[in-house]
Amino acid sequence: MIEAMEPAVRAVGPRAVRVPASRQAAEPVLELCDAAVRVGGRTLWSGVNLAVGAGEFTAVLGPNGVGKSTLVKALLGAMPLAAGEVRVLGDRPGRAGHRIGYLPQRRSFDASMRIRGIDVVRMGLDGDRWGVPLPIPGPRRRAARERVDEVVELVGASAYAHRPVGECSGGEQQRLLIAQALVRRPQLLLLDEPLDSLDLSHQGGIAALIGRICHQEGVAVVMVAHDVNPILHHLDRVVYLARGGSASGAPQEVITSETLTGLYGTPVEVLRASDGRLVVVGRPESAGDGHGDGGGHVG
Amino acid sequence: MSADPLWSWNLVGDVRQMWSYPFMVNAFRAGAIVAVVSAAVGWFVVLRRQTFAAHTVSAVAFPGAAGAVLLGVGAVSGYFTLCVTAALVIAALRGTGDREESALTGTVQAFLLACGYLFTALYKGLLEGPQTILFGTFLGITTTQVTVLLGVGIAVLAVLALIGRPLLFASVDPRVAAARGVPVRALSVVFLVLLGAATAEASQITGTLLVFALMVIPAATAQTLTARPAASLLLAVALALAATWAGLIAAYCSPYPLGFFVTSFAFTGYVLALGVRVLRTAVPGRPVGEVAS
Repeated sequence: MIEAMEPAVRAVGPRAVRVPASRQAAEPVLELCDAAVRVGGRTLWSGVNLAVGAGEFTAVLGPNGVGKSTLVKALLGAMPLAAGEVRVLGDRPGRAGHRIGYLPQRRSFDASMRIRGIDVVRMGLDGDRWGVPLPIPGPRRRAARERVDEVVELVGASAYAHRPVGECSGGEQQRLLIAQALVRRPQLLLLDEPLDSLDLSHQGGIAALIGRICHQEGVAVVMVAHDVNPILHHLDRVVYLARGGSASGAPQEVITSETLTGLYGTPVEVLRASDGRLVVVGRPESAGDGHGDGGGHVG
Repeated sequence: MSADPLWSWNLVGDVRQMWSYPFMVNAFRAGAIVAVVSAAVGWFVVLRRQTFAAHTVSAVAFPGAAGAVLLGVGAVSGYFTLCVTAALVIAALRGTGDREESALTGTVQAFLLACGYLFTALYKGLLEGPQTILFGTFLGITTTQVTVLLGVGIAVLAVLALIGRPLLFASVDPRVAAARGVPVRALSVVFLVLLGAATAEASQITGTLLVFALMVIPAATAQTLTARPAASLLLAVALALAATWAGLIAAYCSPYPLGFFVTSFAFTGYVLALGVRVLRTAVPGRPVGEVAS
């Protein structure tokens, strides 16, 4: 049991070293105080308290339909809070769009999309500007091209960035989309289930990439996840959403039988396999959820 | 149809003779304007997968022209009025959804086509050939018509140039574009209006049934050949221009309709492009020329 706890503890340890004291003392990148969201008269979640600092990796977890994506929308300013307060990069949500990188859920390009991966990344840089870029060589044009190449290199997509994006695999597309979200050097990255529909080996690769971006580049990451295991080693903080409540904190404090049982009001048991993977028995799934992966994963 | 079916080996002389007819000069001018405008708009139509909306807008050009002739206000105003109106109706019906409402679009299309049929029937056969409205003509294009085509064409291209980059972003990646502050909904409405205007232009040359020859085929061909946005857009314009002018020359020296030739040339280009792509995927990393030889 002590061995199994190690990965989570390791994830927190080095982080304190990486984040300089001055930045830790500074205002958090994002802050939620007693936040609640109501959709169609129904409270999705409430009492969410969370503070994320620069270079911290936070996962948003919870059963299907509890409003994990809604939390991301609230941070983007696309969904008003019913109660509580939210501040993103020291401002109201929706005011700092250019300093936030956003990766929506389940986004893929089919084979008929005849645009290169590098063009998709480039859109993240200046795709919202009016007009048409003129093919005049100049320092700005060179700087833009260099930045796109740099970020494509960072996510390890150089080999296929010049192919039509529709011909790239799911994992390759996900790397390109992460590059697109990163190209403007955001301080906060909001990812909505980026590991969804990827096979296990790609899940590990993308999770490691996000962990690297977070801890080495100092970008705060908030990631909605279905399964905590692929990212557990990289996480600094988790938020569990439940109807009418939430729990947040370091993974080893929150992903426990006591906390989850208390939060979801049904007996939940968290077991740790010898490789550090988590098994949740009597999992906190909402009623009517037809997702049948055998009660294996937290999420 | 044929003005002078004789075609000698003296190409320069033949072209000079062809252009000695003012209606042929107007046809080439109008064809060039229409080809450039519809290929540029069509490139976004193909990228946004709005070919069904484009089809509907082009289909309603028929009742538009027939109704305008019936009212005695001239087919040109009928084309523009009804195409732009149809585009706005489609935009309104789409509501807040991301997706194209194909059932609603189809309903509007069927009703308006029925109206067009009624208008031609009411005109009791004197309507200058429904065939012309449906399949296009290059005879009798007036200088005034060319001026109108040029004015509307420049306006469409100017708006397209202004919204080009955000429109590309919104077309490829609407949700991220919206999160970045791109007005995705408003752009979609503006684009449908551009589509209506471009369709009204193309209808006057290719006929309402064959608008796709200039709007969809060159763009689809270009996107098959290259995935670079700028190169692909320019290639679509070049292909549309080539198909139109080649079609005009072919129609000039043969008894067959212009719409057939423009569509056939564009279609041939598309088939060739598909062939090139198949060869490219069959032998990756090697230029096509080597494969063919």
